[in-house]
Amino acid sequence: MLIFEHSRPGRRNYSQSPTTPVTKSAIPQSLLRKSKVLLPEVSEMDTVRHYTRLSQKNFSIDTEFYPLGSCTMKYNPRACNSLAMLPQFLSRHPLAPEDTGQGFLACMYELQEILKAVTGMAGVSLTPMAGAQGELIGVMMIRAYHESRGDFFRTEIIVPDAAHGTNPATAVMCGFKVVEIATDKDGNVDLDALKAAVGPQTAGLMLTNPSTLGVFEENVVEMSRVVHQAGGLLYYDGANLNAVLGKVKPGDMGFDVIHINLHKTFSTPHGGGGPGSAPVGVAERLLPFMPVPIVAKEGDTYRWVSEKEKPQSIGRLSAHMGNAGVLLRAYIYVRLLGMHGMHRISQFATLNANYLMAELRKAGFEIAYPNRRASHEFIVTLKDIKDKTGVTAMNLAKRLLDKGYHAPTTYFPLLVPECLLIEPAETESKETLDAFVKAMKEILLEIEQQPEMIKGAPHTMPVRKLDDVKAARELDLAWRPGA
Amino acid sequence: MSIPTNLKYSKSHEWVKPEADGTVTVGITHHAQELLGDMVFIELPEVGRELKQKEECAVAESVKAAADVYSPISGEVTAVNSPLVDEPGKINEDAYSAWLFKLKPSNAAELDGLLDAATYTELVENEGH
Amino acid sequence: MPFIPHTEEDVAEMLASIGAKTIEELFDEIPKELVSDQLTGVPPGLSEMEIARLMMERATKDGFYQNFIGAGAYEHHIPAAVWQITTRGEFYSSYTPYQAEASQGTLQLLYEYQSMMASLTGMDVSNASMYDGATALAEAALMAVRSHKTSPRILIPQTVHPVYRQVVRAIVSNQNIEVVELPFCTECGQILPESLENSVHEEFAALVIPQPNFFGVLEQVDALTDWAHSRNAFAIGMVNPTALALLTPPGEWGNKGADIAVGEGQPLGIPLSSGGPYFGFMACKNELVRQMPGRIIGRTTDLDNKEGFVLTLQAREQHIRRSKATSNICTNQGLMVTAATIYMSLVGPEGLRRVAAQSHANTLELVDQLEKIKGVKRVFSGPIFHEATLTLPAPVAEVLSKLKQKGILAGLNLQEHYPEMGNALLVCATETKTADDLHNYAEALKQVLS
Repeated sequence: MLIFEHSRPGRRNYSQSPTTPVTKSAIPQSLLRKSKVLLPEVSEMDTVRHYTRLSQKNFSIDTEFYPLGSCTMKYNPRACNSLAMLPQFLSRHPLAPEDTGQGFLACMYELQEILKAVTGMAGVSLTPMAGAQGELIGVMMIRAYHESRGDFFRTEIIVPDAAHGTNPATAVMCGFKVVEIATDKDGNVDLDALKAAVGPQTAGLMLTNPSTLGVFEENVVEMSRVVHQAGGLLYYDGANLNAVLGKVKPGDMGFDVIHINLHKTFSTPHGGGGPGSAPVGVAERLLPFMPVPIVAKEGDTYRWVSEKEKPQSIGRLSAHMGNAGVLLRAYIYVRLLGMHGMHRISQFATLNANYLMAELRKAGFEIAYPNRRASHEFIVTLKDIKDKTGVTAMNLAKRLLDKGYHAPTTYFPLLVPECLLIEPAETESKETLDAFVKAMKEILLEIEQQPEMIKGAPHTMPVRKLDDVKAARELDLAWRPGA
Repeated sequence: MSIPTNLKYSKSHEWVKPEADGTVTVGITHHAQELLGDMVFIELPEVGRELKQKEECAVAESVKAAADVYSPISGEVTAVNSPLVDEPGKINEDAYSAWLFKLKPSNAAELDGLLDAATYTELVENEGH
Repeated sequence: MPFIPHTEEDVAEMLASIGAKTIEELFDEIPKELVSDQLTGVPPGLSEMEIARLMMERATKDGFYQNFIGAGAYEHHIPAAVWQITTRGEFYSSYTPYQAEASQGTLQLLYEYQSMMASLTGMDVSNASMYDGATALAEAALMAVRSHKTSPRILIPQTVHPVYRQVVRAIVSNQNIEVVELPFCTECGQILPESLENSVHEEFAALVIPQPNFFGVLEQVDALTDWAHSRNAFAIGMVNPTALALLTPPGEWGNKGADIAVGEGQPLGIPLSSGGPYFGFMACKNELVRQMPGRIIGRTTDLDNKEGFVLTLQAREQHIRRSKATSNICTNQGLMVTAATIYMSLVGPEGLRRVAAQSHANTLELVDQLEKIKGVKRVFSGPIFHEATLTLPAPVAEVLSKLKQKGILAGLNLQEHYPEMGNALLVCATETKTADDLHNYAEALKQVLS
């Protein structure tokens, strides 16, 4: 039932809005609204009940194991939320003077410094509001760098075919042509293809490492050399930083610019699809181009650095300073973990992934890159199962929901047929992983014995399989009364 | 489903039917609609538009993908199958009658460069492996 | 180990299963020369008690002020239920609803959000939100150029938030889109529709129409919309969602209504929190829905013909369309929209109208009182919503600094963005301000100026 269907004309919450109607108005009649606003007219209790019930129809980290590859669904510590929501932080206006926000700015400055330390980059800007915006800003800086050198002929960005879809989409948004290069059978970028692709037209290479295939790019140093020699820059998509945090620094791998998904590695909430936050880090030569604002420290005082002091900056990409509240949560998280905790993230994420991969292999599942270590994630392919039984990766994913597990990522990366990309973050216990393996084994048996039942999954969710085709053909995107 | 022998084909999975009046009719093949799945939206070129061979000129969108349709030969668009916009599922029902647009070829020689049914069948079969 | 549950026995058993001796061995594919365990610069970990103390000290240091700054971020009362429900783990810690059957809560909520925003803006459809108001405007500009097909030019009045204009430039300039800024009437603080016909000669894809504009002034939206349409261009309405409870929504502007409506969603239940996270909203006419970036939720049915909700029109998005996507965006501001939806349910149509009306009345009252002080005047004659531009008889920075000593953040100094306007100050008094608050502000300013 929709909230609108609980609505009754004239019902409202008297304590939630101004109690005395005002008469003072100076808005010309011609600008006044004549149509009704179709917001629900419900009581506070109706609202609370309705949205509490809706929440209960969601899977979440707080309620289920969520091994969603490439998304790093780790536990979101509650202290990060409650301390970021202290009333003074919440009530601070973004344009309030700097001296009324020294406590907040201190957190931001220290977060910048910590992110520099863990990535090995020379500078960090906190403004990007999501991974894709971090990418956009990163590639804009690459463009600005080349142009500042009078080099206007670098028109191509190289992207491995296994990359996240945002990489090519971002390059195009920045006015570049995308050149895709292939991956070899072990999941590494084809070095010969890269060598053939680079040239005076190369602006840069965008790389995720460990890659979306769940393996470490073994030739990264050589790749970095090849691209740099051609005059291009290297972009590090930090989507998989959780696998190498405290182990390898993107700066040491030769990357010139990176983004870090705080909603993955630094445990800020995914919130049903946002807000994200993706600070960018840059090597020395890109420092002048960083987006503003950036926090600076002078003596004991913190202040914003604006475009006036950074004339070559690519400018502002958000109305204020990015997702401040998310940044506070990430700050609290890194302070809770500290130096040793940072190391442990990649150690235990990698341990969990390799253990789960080993156990699933023993259970009879086919691993896509069996000769490789898993990074913090790995791929199972159901190609043989599909050929034999017609059961697809999506069918298995839906059946997992019935068993109380969120599905792994399906059909990404596109290179591996019928794939499940599985990422058990470091916060999951061995018992949880074992129970998941048990559920996967059960499904394997079910596929053999009752393939049709699996194809009809899920069976126990609030709804059964939904009609996507109807949704797209007969678009119903907003409720209308009487419709 | 068989691949009609009276049509010509492009490598990018369009079919082409030369008409008696000198124009050609263009659609996407049965194989293409199978790859895409249930069609949900079609975007057609404007009548009068001059197309070059291999130029992107239409979009066929399913739930899982949006595929560009490329003009198999150069020419001017003389007609489009506008009822298809409201019923994109017609392509799934019969790809060879649900045409997208008609062209007046500007270089008839390009027609000879297209694939015949046998060659296209081979292409489709090889793709599966 | 913080947030890692493994016991020593667990680790031993897991390594045995893998066939490795140590955890370090699992990293053996990483070239040796790259491994660096040095994390100098990261302080040692704190306990929850210690970090709580640190954060409370810092928060206390920042303290509370009486805030009269608006300029794109507005202080409104947020009902307690909004964030208590929003931070429930099932909303807070879930991912993008790709697995529809396990995400009906978020999906239905987003559908309700889209319905509310479509009605509020008077448009046909809304997406599930964008990063913030500024990026929503930039995306609307890109969308207009994509849809228009013949002109890569966007007209943006200088009455649009200056930072929004910067963001639009930064984002669209990569795609060879030209941004043309339009001057405003320095007396009324509006764009004069009659001046445009003679000053704009070239073809353009869209005109941005702010309502209210950055100065708090209400624009002549009907005439502006009709003018854009008369030139075969789109009209993009950039609106304050609270104001829409009182003002004609973009979908009803002029003869045909605006084509795209965007804005900053923060006033709908999102705390100021130093600038984010907020959310941008975007709505449009049916004809443009396939050009709209971002996530969109549709209502459909399941195998038993039961109602359900799914992400739809996904083929436009980057994870499928890659380099041909409508945008590189792959997120919305899910949690912020959760809060906004609950906010709009709690206040309802009458509550939102009262919030808007009270904010309008409070600002009028504040301006009345301030204008009684010698040398303080309204800069523009145009009608306002809940913000006003004033000129002071003294340098604004000094005045603001003195009022801050009294605990009042008295508004935004316009010196940085509009130096030609002299000692100009932008003030805002929302429904959160009492009669005493307004009076105190006026008294304090009088003292400072005397």
